[in-house]
Amino acid sequence: MSASPIELALGPCLFNWPAERMADFYARIADEAPVERVYVGEVVCGKRMPFTDPIWPDAIERLRDAGKTVVYSALAQPSSRRERNALTLQAAYDLPIEINDMSMLPARSGRSFTAGPLLNCYNEACLTFLAARGATDWCPPVELPLSSIRKIAALVPEVGIELFAFGRLPLALSSRCYHARSHGLTKDSCQFVCDRDPDGMAVTTVDGQRFLAANGIQTLSDSCQVAALAPDHLEILGISRLRLSPHSTDMVRVASLFRQCLDREIAPDELEARLEETGLPGPICNAYLNGDAGWKKEILSL
Amino acid sequence: MTDAPCLELVCPAGTPSSLRTAVDAGAHAVYCGFNDETNARNFPGLNFSPDELHHGIAYAHKAGAKVLVAINTFATAGATDTWRTAVDRAVASGADAIIAADIAVLDHCATRHPEQRLHLSVQAAANTPEAIEFYAETFGVKRVVLPRVLSVPEIAALNAEISVETEVFVFGGLCVMTEGRCALSSYATGKSPNLTGVCSPPDHVSYSEDPSGKLLTRLGGFTIDSFAQGEAAGYPTLCKGQFTARGKTSHLFEDPVSLNAADLLPDLARAGVTALKIEGRQRGKAYIGQVVRAFRSAVDALASGTGTLPDMAALKNLSEGGRQTTGSYRKTWR
Repeated sequence: MSASPIELALGPCLFNWPAERMADFYARIADEAPVERVYVGEVVCGKRMPFTDPIWPDAIERLRDAGKTVVYSALAQPSSRRERNALTLQAAYDLPIEINDMSMLPARSGRSFTAGPLLNCYNEACLTFLAARGATDWCPPVELPLSSIRKIAALVPEVGIELFAFGRLPLALSSRCYHARSHGLTKDSCQFVCDRDPDGMAVTTVDGQRFLAANGIQTLSDSCQVAALAPDHLEILGISRLRLSPHSTDMVRVASLFRQCLDREIAPDELEARLEETGLPGPICNAYLNGDAGWKKEILSL
Repeated sequence: MTDAPCLELVCPAGTPSSLRTAVDAGAHAVYCGFNDETNARNFPGLNFSPDELHHGIAYAHKAGAKVLVAINTFATAGATDTWRTAVDRAVASGADAIIAADIAVLDHCATRHPEQRLHLSVQAAANTPEAIEFYAETFGVKRVVLPRVLSVPEIAALNAEISVETEVFVFGGLCVMTEGRCALSSYATGKSPNLTGVCSPPDHVSYSEDPSGKLLTRLGGFTIDSFAQGEAAGYPTLCKGQFTARGKTSHLFEDPVSLNAADLLPDLARAGVTALKIEGRQRGKAYIGQVVRAFRSAVDALASGTGTLPDMAALKNLSEGGRQTTGSYRKTWR
């Protein structure tokens, strides 16, 4: 069987992992993970940036030495002057970047960038606009169904499409920190309590059903997205890369399984079964891809 | 004391008759949308046909009020013509401004109707000078409706850095998540503000009783809240429900409160805000009339510079459950 041209990317880590753990994680990814592209950087909370900023130069160098394309993923909801200045600085980096908020577009305009899943780009007209300003790659918002992605891919072929294929779904941002709130604190006095939940804080319904996961100002799904699609299927849709969002499970193993599926060594249903064995943060979901409620698990239709 | 500039009162109109009510009650401007998925209050029985909009604008203009047309969802891939047509119709009807969030919609309006005044919808979630100036420079946006993430001092600082007007929400339903950046509703139901113009849609709501006799309100398969027998059950808006985290059950995201920033009007005026927005296109005429009259008298009192605002206590009874918050306008909310 021939190897698929479809690439794998490791998305930015959305959680507040200690700097040492983060550095070890990227070292292992560099050495062992069969991914072509790795996103680094803090996307969720500007208050975490001082802790992880120091690890990026070494992590980037090591990943590059291992032959990976490294993309710096920027903050999704900048607000303070410090955060805004950081974005302006990052926009000038001589490094591929991912834009997650329109704030960054003017500073980067004319130079290439990836349009991240937290930008509100839902149709071909918006993507064409972003492409004219430098977007070479696009990871669609997680809500967007495959039917829409396929239409957009056909109409804007110059942009590479990266599907959010693995991990808890990033569903919402707020100015309020739910980790702080659940500990009786506020965002300003948060004591960085989000570091206690490496995959997010479990949020269940009053009758005990698993539902969501809080991650500072971000709310994620409890369920774990798995886009188990055969490579032929992905090619028909116009998808050229899959994004795997980091979790505390063995991401090298996760990436290897996706690689095996893309290389037709295992079938999509076997991919799901083997992923479950790795210890996922929640049950598998995928129904956003069919245009249905995101928490459901369905048979994916073309 | 010099006269403060008069704050513009922007009021909701879900139907032609509530548009007339809002105008008669003293709205400086009303906002409304077409009866389809192009606007963020796409509920059955609400909104305007092209013909109704035409007549509504004529009514408002006769009374000296403006009409702002919200075309503020994100256009569906492969069907962007629906949104473009909505813009063309609103322009042809004489809309005073179009409120949009999607770059596809803004780009169409700016290109095809360069003279048309454009406002940036809250659904675009532009909360920094960089984002706002991007929309102003690229599409000629003249006003931005601010997402409910900023405190009053932050709004003042923002206004000092931008070239366009700001409009802020002062009363009604309160988004806890950043507007336009929330897919919680579609996660539970398949329908969301950005995709279909609805949040926590009624056709996905159900009620059941648990073994202890408590009433459970559910949204798309998830229990959002529970109520003791005889207790008034609130609507299961996802982010206002009770959930369990760290072994504790609470209103984790937000209590079932609604926004009332009436006490902050002088501060918002000093912060350089141009317009005040009342949420509630889904509300009835009686509500619209009362809220608009109360805020109009407050805005007039503020403009007269007397320093005393009318008593707004009656507004408390108009909030769902009677509980109110000033939301992000006070920093401790975060």
